[in-house]
Formats: sequence, structure tokens, C-alpha cells
Amino acid sequence: MTVLLLKSAQLADGSLFDIEITDQVITAMAPNLSASELTQQIDCSGLIVLPGFVDLHTHLREPGFEQSETVLTASRSAAAGGFTAVHAMANTSPVADTAGVVEQVQALGLAAGFVDVVPIGAVTVGLEGLRLAEIGAMANSKAKVRVFSDDGKCVFDPVLMRHALEYVKAFDGVVAQHAQEPRLTEGAQMHEGEVSANLGLTGWPAVAEEAIIARDVLLAEHVGSRLHICHLSTAGSVEIIRWAKARGVQVTAEVTPHHLLLTDELARTYDPVFKVNPPLRTQADVLALREALIDGTIDIIATDHAPHPTESKDCEWASAAFGMIGLETAASVAIDVLIKSEKSNWQRLTEVLSVNPAKIGRLTEQGQSIRVGSVANLVAIDPNASTVVGQTQSKSENNPFKGLELPGKVVHTIYRGYATLLNGKVAEAGRI
Amino acid sequence: MSTRTVLVSDDINRAITRIAYEILESNHGTADLLLVGIPTRGVKLAERIAAVIAKNEPSFDAKASVGRLDITMYRDDLSNNPTRAMTETFIPSQGLADKVVVLVDDVLFSGRTIRAALDALNDLGRPRVVRLAVLVDRGHRELPIRADFVGKNLPTARDEKIRVHLLETDGDECVVIEG
Amino acid sequence: MSQLRHLLSAGDLDRASAIAILDTAEEMSSVNHRDIKKLPTLRGKTIVNLFFEDSTRTRISFELAEKRLSADVINFSAKGSSVSKGESLKDTAQTLEAMGADAVVIRHWASGAANVLAHSGWINGSIINAGDGTHEHPTQALLDAFTMRKRIYGDDSKGRDLVGQKVMIVGDVLHSRVARSNVKLLATLGAEVHLVAPPTLLPVKLETWGVSVHFDLDTALRQVQPDSVMMLRVQAERMNAAFFPSEREYSRLWGFNSERLAMLKPHALLMHPGPMNRGLEITASAADSPNSTILEQVANGVSVRMAVLFHLLSGDKESK
Repeated sequence: MTVLLLKSAQLADGSLFDIEITDQVITAMAPNLSASELTQQIDCSGLIVLPGFVDLHTHLREPGFEQSETVLTASRSAAAGGFTAVHAMANTSPVADTAGVVEQVQALGLAAGFVDVVPIGAVTVGLEGLRLAEIGAMANSKAKVRVFSDDGKCVFDPVLMRHALEYVKAFDGVVAQHAQEPRLTEGAQMHEGEVSANLGLTGWPAVAEEAIIARDVLLAEHVGSRLHICHLSTAGSVEIIRWAKARGVQVTAEVTPHHLLLTDELARTYDPVFKVNPPLRTQADVLALREALIDGTIDIIATDHAPHPTESKDCEWASAAFGMIGLETAASVAIDVLIKSEKSNWQRLTEVLSVNPAKIGRLTEQGQSIRVGSVANLVAIDPNASTVVGQTQSKSENNPFKGLELPGKVVHTIYRGYATLLNGKVAEAGRI
Repeated sequence: MSTRTVLVSDDINRAITRIAYEILESNHGTADLLLVGIPTRGVKLAERIAAVIAKNEPSFDAKASVGRLDITMYRDDLSNNPTRAMTETFIPSQGLADKVVVLVDDVLFSGRTIRAALDALNDLGRPRVVRLAVLVDRGHRELPIRADFVGKNLPTARDEKIRVHLLETDGDECVVIEG
Repeated sequence: MSQLRHLLSAGDLDRASAIAILDTAEEMSSVNHRDIKKLPTLRGKTIVNLFFEDSTRTRISFELAEKRLSADVINFSAKGSSVSKGESLKDTAQTLEAMGADAVVIRHWASGAANVLAHSGWINGSIINAGDGTHEHPTQALLDAFTMRKRIYGDDSKGRDLVGQKVMIVGDVLHSRVARSNVKLLATLGAEVHLVAPPTLLPVKLETWGVSVHFDLDTALRQVQPDSVMMLRVQAERMNAAFFPSEREYSRLWGFNSERLAMLKPHALLMHPGPMNRGLEITASAADSPNSTILEQVANGVSVRMAVLFHLLSGDKESK
């Protein structure tokens, strides 16, 4: 039996507690606790303690792309960013489109022991968009897959999308759509606008995203299914989601940290570290996304952490891979948007980084409120510190935030009663 | 920094006149004579020398006997100096072949400018003879080059600077040493 | 005049440096008329022509310019594509650096490849963009400006800009590196720029370019009365990609023919960067007319590239 005591933890509502954790569970909370058989006491004075963060969109790259990232390195990076659960995207090699692969990913996560690694299943076989993958087998496997996505590719065929939306209802699942009209984005390199016109890079029009979102919210309404939209990036997409929610469509939406902070102006350097799918948009889009996150139109922040090896980014823009890492900077960007702006609060931050993603993924032991009986998945943040982004725990270095000074600092991460991050240092070994 | 004036306007005019007479003497007249100035002040000096010659030898067409030779592209210190604007090169229509070319410059120092001018001349034609006239020879040669006609020999320290001012280019007329 | 280290975009040039290059090109052009068409200026310098995309015209123009300045010239043809996993740009650049290249003239199918080469730290030499994807081709813009200046002002060209000149660029602006570079340089030199194209071949957000846009060539020619008309090449791959219905329709609406030639002012220039699709964007009668500057552009290309090489490589040690 291990007993952890978090001293002087301030919760999102401002209340101060000592939190006693016995093994995996919160066993006592009071303003001034003393434990008799204490294993470890963790000082949380001056820190805000929240439910551990849940990422609905992480590329862990294993199996198949271990030169970029492994389940272990991604898990350590997640712990460093305050996460206690990550959803593993299906575009591995082999693709996570069978029960075997999703169980393997889940097992790798358990072996690493830094976060819950929750596999996402592919919607279509091999992400090819031609026929449905064995969604039922994945849902009923040990991994209990609830989120299905062909992320990286759009489920473009409307009939297939309709059937996927209908089919997942049987397992209380959700289809997470990567909204990208493929014909409108052939050869596309960056947001289509003033900057792309100037740089001579093939444009990626906002309408390519918005057209799919519009179609899919209507489909979801028609068949009465849950739909999740990955990485919203345009002001127009926000308008469509707002409209759909007002109609009562069961749609949820995510935004990435990079779309909340960075713009297409960065492409002027031709540095492929800023090449991402969907592309960085304009300042007007960034502002619309930030407002939408604050007002609830957008439900969650998800990282779309996408590691790539150096050679995939150390080249001309058109040859470079799409994607950027982001597990360790997500909390800071959320603090920037919600807290530093003075437009929102820590409760909202808890919703967008923990409660809502856990709810969408149907995770019962994540995103719980901090009270006796809850599983001890917690993160402690220093709201007054700031971080100059440097090296990360990820195996890859495609970090667009490098060198930026961002607000807040994740100090401790408690994953199922085990300190995966203590005083800013990632634990040597994971939880057994 | 100290500045001392070593030649004034009258000194300069006397030097130009003397150079003109020496050229006439060594060339036994004006036959085939071509004065080629090195920009910027060498060109002005060449024009003035030609004017003095024309005054004494009315058959000499001063205008048709003065050229200018830009040596920017022939320098040997290209990498170490900021870009200089390339200026026009002009050789009178009679050409260089079999001419007696007198190169004219304001100051003779290391000799590298003249080396460059000889190379440039070589690409433009084949004179019979090439001579060199300078207003000031300040010494410190780095190449085996000497002037045939010298207005004034001025011993200088290597780190001193010589400034030649001419009416046409500078508005006043003098030679000063700064050091 | 500021010391230039690379020429990646026509936007790198301010008015003073653009005019300085054009003025130097005037002198280079006189060298090109001498018996001995050679200067010792770049003796001992190694220049690599790194071509990831075929372009015989541009390569031989640069090669001639380099040789006339006495540089050691290496032609490196590295044909590659985004799919073929050949030697990467980085490996190639590091190889050239190890060989001691003082300058690299790069032509690449990817927009921004020259910028990446200049700013990656893989290579220390000067980088000259000889056309990158659909981005820019700055030496083409310089030679076009040189050609206009020479036609308009003749021997009195030096020191001049293009203020008061109305230049019309016609055709596939969207995919044209020539158009992008020209729009920037012409603005720097004070010209008034008009773009004429089918709407499918114009980039978005043109309102930020400081140009006038027209769809109808005949109306534009009548209204603007341009001093120069620059025809852009129609790339074969655009013809099959639904940017316009057919070659015949394109040619009829946006091609330059003798009827349109007759609408020009008597001394207006008709320009084309080459190679031409005769009969598509320009008819033979127009291309071979006295208004056409097409062959002058080729000849001027050598002088302008000599001037660019001189400006980039002089003082290169000092600026490091």
C-alpha cells in the first residue's frame, strides 16, 4: 500500500485542500490532513491542482514508426505535459483497424505505465476509405475502443460516413472526422490566402474543411449519431459547429494548441516545422477559435501531437511531412487562451483538457472531479511561472513552439496514484 | 587626426603642366598619343593634361584623345571590399591598337590599381607602349610598378591617407595628408 | 547600397540595389560586345549550377555569365521529385559545401527551396534563386526590367527606374514565378502593373498586391494602353486540370495575336520569358514582330546575371 499526501493544493474553484491518495484512489480531502503511514508528501503550495489531462488526439507512432516516437516516449512526454490519458490515433503501421492491433497498443501503454493509452480504431480498412473496418471487434476487444477515426485522411465517401456514424451507435461510439475535402486539397501545402499566394505554395482553402463539416453535421443529425470533429482550424468551421449545436446535433469539436496560437505568417520562413494538417490559418481564424473555446462552441483542446524524424522536416517545404508535436505545451497554450486573457477560468480549462475529452472517449476513470473516491489522476500547475519552450521528452524535435515563452508550468502529474512527473522531472520508470 | 596640406591649387596646375610637357618630350610630339584616365580623378587629370597639350600642339584633338578605364572588375581584392559600382569604360573610336597609351591616376600607392588597369587594357586591345602618369607618388609599392611621369613624390607613412581634391569632382583643389 | 548576400526573391532588392544591378548590367552588356568577352572578376571562385528541374535556357544563361566572369563552373543536375527518395537537398548542399562552392545557383521544383538552402546552415556560399516552384525567379524579373529600360531609354538608361511605365502581365499568374518576381520588382521600380488572366489562374487576395486586375484582355488593352505586355507561358499540365476549357478558347481570349498587336501603342514592348508555346499564348506573327523583345531578353539575361553574380560575390568575405 502506498499513501501520497498532496499538501496545500488549490482546486479550480479556489478552495484549498490536502489530498490523501491511497494506492489509486483519493481517500481523504481536508484543509489540514496528516497521514500516519505516509509514503510520500508532495508540496502543492502555490499550485493549482486539476484532474489529469486527457488528450483525444495523439500520434504515438508505434507500431511502425518507432524512429519518430514510441508508446513509451510519447507517454513520458504526455506525463510531462500533465496528461494522464492519451488516445492513440489509428494511423500506425499496421493500421489500428483490427482488435489485434488496438490490444497491442493498449498493452504497450500499460507496459510503459505513464498514462492510460486508449486506442482509437480506424473507421475504414487501412484508412483507405473504401470499406468499414471491424468496428465491432475493436469495440468489444480488451481495448474497448469507443472513438473511431481515419485521422490523417478524411472519410470522404458520404455513404461510408453515414454508415460509420450509424454503426458506432451500437457501441456508444463516436466517429472523429478529419475534415478535409480531398479534391480541393490536392497538393495543398498551406492555408490558401495572402501568404500562400505570395510564397507560391499551393493553397489549402478553408472551404475544404468547412464543406465536410457542414455535410457531416447534417449526416449526424439525420442518423442521430455522435460526431466529433478533429482539429477545427477556421472561423467558418466554428460558425457551422455553432449552428449545428443550436439545432441540437450531437457534435463535439476540438481545437489544437497550435491553431490557437500560431498563424500562416510563419510559413514565410519556409521552415517546415510550421507545416501541419490542417494548416496554420490567419489571425482572424485564431481569434475565432479562441472565442469558440471560451464560449463552449469548441468542446476540447486536443494536441494532434504528431512526431516526425529530423529528415522529414529538414528539407524543402513541399517534401516535408505534415505535423508538429505538442503534448508538453498544451497546458500553457490553454492557460494563455483561458486564464491569461482573463476571459475564462480554471473550471473551463478543466473541462476542455480533462472532463470533456474523457466524456467524448467514454473514459470513466479519467476526468473525474477531485473528491474522495475518485481515481487519483491529477495535475499540479504553477500558474505564475512561465516556460521557455526547449527540449521535450518526445523522440522528435518538430516543435513549432520552440523558443517561445509560454505561461504556466506543469509541476506534478499523478497518474493513478503514482507521480509520473514530480517537481518538473519525469519519473525514471512508469507505474507497475 | 592631423591634416596637413601638401599641395595647393597652383602646385597642382604646375604639376599637370610639367607632366604634359614631359609626355610631349618623351613621345616626340603627339603622334598616336592616347590619355586614359582611371576613374574618378584620373579621368579629370587626363582631360587637363590633354588640354595643356592641345594648347601647345593645336593639331592635337584633346577630346578624341582621352579615354576612361574602369578597373572594378579587374581588382584583386573583390572578396574583401564592399561592392563598388562599375562605371563606364570609354576608349576613343580610334582604338588602342599601336597607340601610345598614357594611363593617368591621381595617387600611386601599392601599384595594384595599375596592375588591374594593365589587365583591363589588355582585354581591350594591344597598344604599342603603355606609360603611367600620376599626380602623387606616395611610395609603399607592393608590385614592380613605377610611374613614368610624377607630379610630386610625397614620402608618407603607410597608415596615412592621401586625399586629392580637384575642382571638377570636389569643388576645391588641394592634396592633403591625413594621419 | 546594401550588401546583398543571396538573391532569393525580387523583394530582396530595394530601389537602390535594383538600379545598381541594372546599371552594372549595362556595363556587362558592353563587355558582351567586345572581342574578348571575358572579365577576370570571379577568378578562383567556384559556382555550382544546381538544377533539380530541367531548364536548359536558364542554365546556359547562368553558365555563360559565370564563365564570362572567369568563375569555375560546375553543373549539377539533380533531378528529383517529392516521391522519389533520392539524395535530399540537404545532402546535396552539404556535398557542395564540402567541395567549397562560393555560390550556388539553384533551380528547384519546390517553392522556397532556395530560401531553405540559404537559411539552413548547410552551406555558406551565396544562393541565387534561378526559379523555385511557383514562387519566384528574380533574375528573370531583373532582365525584364533591364530590357524595358533599354528599349525605352537606350543609352540613357543608367540610373533610371520605371516610374510612369504601364506593364501588363497576361496569363497564368497563379503558377508563375516570373509573374511573382516581376510584380515585386516592377513595384520597387515604380511601374504600374496590370494583371490579365482567366479568374482560375489568378491567386487569391490579389488586393494586397498593389496591382490592377482584368479578366478581359481586349478591354484591358484598350483601357490601359500598356507600354509593355508580358505574356506568360501556359504549362502543359494546366491544360488538363480544368483551369480553362480548351487551348482554343484560351488562345482566343488570352493569347496575343496580330489583332491585339495592332491595339498596342507603336513602340510598346511585347515580352515573353520563353520558351513560347507558339499558337497558344502568342502567335508567330506577334512573337516575330518589331515590338517583340524576346531575343533581347535572352541576350540581356547574360548581362543581368553577370551583374547579379558580381554584386553577390564582391565583398563576400567582408560580410561573413
